[in-house]
Amino acid sequence: MRALLLLLTASCASGKTAAVDEKPPPPQDSRALRDVASFTSIGDRSERSRALFLEASRVFLHPRCANCHPSGDVPAQGIDMHRHEPPVVRGENDRGVPGMRCTSCHQDHNLELAKVPGALVWHLAPIEMAWAGKSPHVICEQMKDPARNRHRTLAEIVEHNAHDKLVAWGWNPGHGREPAPGTQEQLGRIVQAWVETGAECPPEVAR
Amino acid sequence: MIRLNVNGQAHELDADPEMPLLWALRDLLGLTGTKYGCGQALCGACTVHLDGEAVRSCVTPLSRAADRKVTTIEGLANTALQDAWCDLAVPQCGFCQAGQLVTAAALLAEVPQPSDEQIDRSMAGNLCRCGTYSRIRAAIKRAAGAK
Repeated sequence: MRALLLLLTASCASGKTAAVDEKPPPPQDSRALRDVASFTSIGDRSERSRALFLEASRVFLHPRCANCHPSGDVPAQGIDMHRHEPPVVRGENDRGVPGMRCTSCHQDHNLELAKVPGALVWHLAPIEMAWAGKSPHVICEQMKDPARNRHRTLAEIVEHNAHDKLVAWGWNPGHGREPAPGTQEQLGRIVQAWVETGAECPPEVAR
Repeated sequence: MIRLNVNGQAHELDADPEMPLLWALRDLLGLTGTKYGCGQALCGACTVHLDGEAVRSCVTPLSRAADRKVTTIEGLANTALQDAWCDLAVPQCGFCQAGQLVTAAALLAEVPQPSDEQIDRSMAGNLCRCGTYSRIRAAIKRAAGAK
């Protein structure tokens, strides 16, 4: 009797989820990104747009990306997002301070022996583009706001996510570091689809 | 062959382009003033200037320094800074001091009259196990002409 009750409860629960959310099932691998095509099952265009951004935010909020989009003046490092060592601060141009620039250590490629990560034009994201600790909703609004996105158009935001070389480092972090979910190509397609569906932002509570 | 300009002197080195600059300075050129500390850019003991910018030579491949101006503690031209270091007897064991001086020189080149906060921010990545930090700050202020 108890087993039957559990079975009925599980059936009801799964049926309810499918009816309300209309979302495709999450991928098996937490490090994968859903393909854009899987979002077509969401009939409402705005709802689809919000779901697409939520998926993209899994990349934005991954430590590999958020570590250098800090909410303060000090970057983080590691998958646990601990404070950067040695101690560094963003400085006036997000590239460190005299005597201690980002490029004092970071170079244009990963250093495997010294384990120092690197990519072209290594620097922090400006403070107005802080992501660490923010919700997908806040990041979305920020990304669309010309005052906080360096006056980028939506097309330029797609291009930045899809092809920027520093962004690309997120999937090539070197030295056994966990990469951001999916691939940069997939992220580019998701952001493109988000723009094409109206660039809607998910609600504050959405994660 | 990799061409280097170190302290104003031209060199041609037959070395692996991936060799850390620190190795080349110490082992190939005999410039042992620059110290090996951690080997991971964490302590600052190996700091040198590359075209005036302070870099950690232990993680800087020779290829990055090719055809650029390298300045080590042996070639540091900021005598006011070195005088202040001596006047205030800044070093204790001395191991980190070459890196401290080179970083301080990079700071003063860009910020001739640094505040305490600017000094602390720029020097924070140069560790001193003897804890000479307050004397380092005082010496930088003295070299900057501040009282």
